[in-house]
Amino acid sequence: MKGFILSFRSEFYKSRKTAGFWSAIVLPLVLCLLVFIGFYIKSAALAPDPGMLLWLKYAAPILGVMGTFLLPMLIVFIAYSVNSIEHKADTWKTLFSLPIAKLSVYSAKYLYALTLIFLSLALFVLFTVSFGNLLGALKPELKFRDYSMVGTLIQLYFKLFLSSLGILSIQFLLSLLFRDFLKPMGIGFIAIITGGILAGNNWDYAYLFPYSHPVLALKMLPKHSAHSTGMPTITIDLFTHEIYVALIISAVVFIGGYFIVLKKSVK
Amino acid sequence: MVINTAGLTFKFGDQTVVKSLSLQVPEGSIYGFLGPNGAGKTTTIKLLLNLLQVQQGSIHVFGLELQSNRIKILSQIGSLIEQPAIYLHLTGKENLLNRALLLQLPASRVNEVLNIVHLTNAANKKAGQYSLGMKQRLGIALALLSDPQLLILDEPTNGLDPNGIIEVRELLIKLVNEHKKTVFISSHLLAEIERMATHVGIINNGELLFQGSIHDLEALSKPLIQIETENVADAANYLKRNNITVSDITDQYIYVPYISKQQMGEINGLLNQMGYTVYSIAKQQKDLEKLFLAITQTA
Repeated sequence: MKGFILSFRSEFYKSRKTAGFWSAIVLPLVLCLLVFIGFYIKSAALAPDPGMLLWLKYAAPILGVMGTFLLPMLIVFIAYSVNSIEHKADTWKTLFSLPIAKLSVYSAKYLYALTLIFLSLALFVLFTVSFGNLLGALKPELKFRDYSMVGTLIQLYFKLFLSSLGILSIQFLLSLLFRDFLKPMGIGFIAIITGGILAGNNWDYAYLFPYSHPVLALKMLPKHSAHSTGMPTITIDLFTHEIYVALIISAVVFIGGYFIVLKKSVK
Repeated sequence: MVINTAGLTFKFGDQTVVKSLSLQVPEGSIYGFLGPNGAGKTTTIKLLLNLLQVQQGSIHVFGLELQSNRIKILSQIGSLIEQPAIYLHLTGKENLLNRALLLQLPASRVNEVLNIVHLTNAANKKAGQYSLGMKQRLGIALALLSDPQLLILDEPTNGLDPNGIIEVRELLIKLVNEHKKTVFISSHLLAEIERMATHVGIINNGELLFQGSIHDLEALSKPLIQIETENVADAANYLKRNNITVSDITDQYIYVPYISKQQMGEINGLLNQMGYTVYSIAKQQKDLEKLFLAITQTA
């Protein structure tokens, strides 16, 4: 356990000056800022909307772009980034000759990539909510105050996070095995497009293909059912079957990857 | 023995890279592991560090079996394999701090090793801007960081200038003499090893061709008499007719195995008598470089 914590801290220490780490922070910031600016400029047209609709209109473009394309790309990039740091520096041999169990080194690296994705998605929630409230304060005619979407956003982004586990585990293993940038990136890119097409065309078995999961995770929701009585509600079913598939794939690939690492001769 | 391997064999596919290797590295030695490029040196070192899995044979380090005592053994080894493993986007000091974090060492140790390898002034410079020699020194600093009992260095003087080579050599000698460390150092240059090694192992095509102390190796190299004379070919033939073994003839010199001073005088007299003017005659120790070549080429 100690070896794992040391390795995890070292992952942060090494990567804190790399594009991989900062992309997880800059991406949510830039995306949310762009939508913020768009709403700020077009505030007059949005003023009549009730609070809930406003929040949905505001969060939807961010979620849509993220789920369909940016999140899978971010995963591919982060998985590549945490591994390429070792490929470039030729440090696999030092990592695996440290007096630390190989499982600790391997799992710390995987969990660090996972943490970066989690961080990025958490920042999406934070920035969406903060910028929304900031808009409400700057343009009081926008009725952001009338509704809170925090709970829904947390659930949505957490679901996105779970749906990304399958892709992450596959991309992580590809990036670990291939030194060269094009292989994991190329495979990832093609798979993302394929996944998007499969999910977009409602193919029955798309839930079995990990690269379709983020699109599927958002697709089934949100089903905001306007109840005849009182406030409309948004219900989110967190554990849909693509989420189970994502969890299973990530567990299998993670364990399989460890045995590949054990057998692989360290270059 | 600090390192003891028995029947160590390793194959990449069909190709046997290491053949039945039995290394014996005594405590407190500087063990020079010599062999031409591609002889199997780096593969052997990776086996010693458990970076490659043992296929056949056994490895004991500090008297413990490697596979089952991996972490305990590795915590006492500092290593540098091929080109140094350095994060180029971090400074030299950050590279060391990162390793100190992993090994749970105090930050003060980082300054100590920076000082040892003379990188204190360049400590806060990005390692990507380091020269080859500086990278190599940083690699050595990383190996020294945990103050390990055993240093395994693969071609550590690659890319160093003559001053740097001398510094590394003196540092290693000091570590062994004053701090009772053991150094296992590989190289393809015998000249570099013979100045510091106490023990030598020579490997070629995966096979250990020689192993022993540096004195054993020197004893193998028999002295020769180098004779400079006019008409080299005729003079050599004349010596042969007088039952004197001629081991080599070049354009300028004749080489005869050295037996004694008397024998050297007799040869001189013999040649002069027959009118072959001897310009020079001297005893010559066959240098280890030639011996190394002879050992690795006859195999």
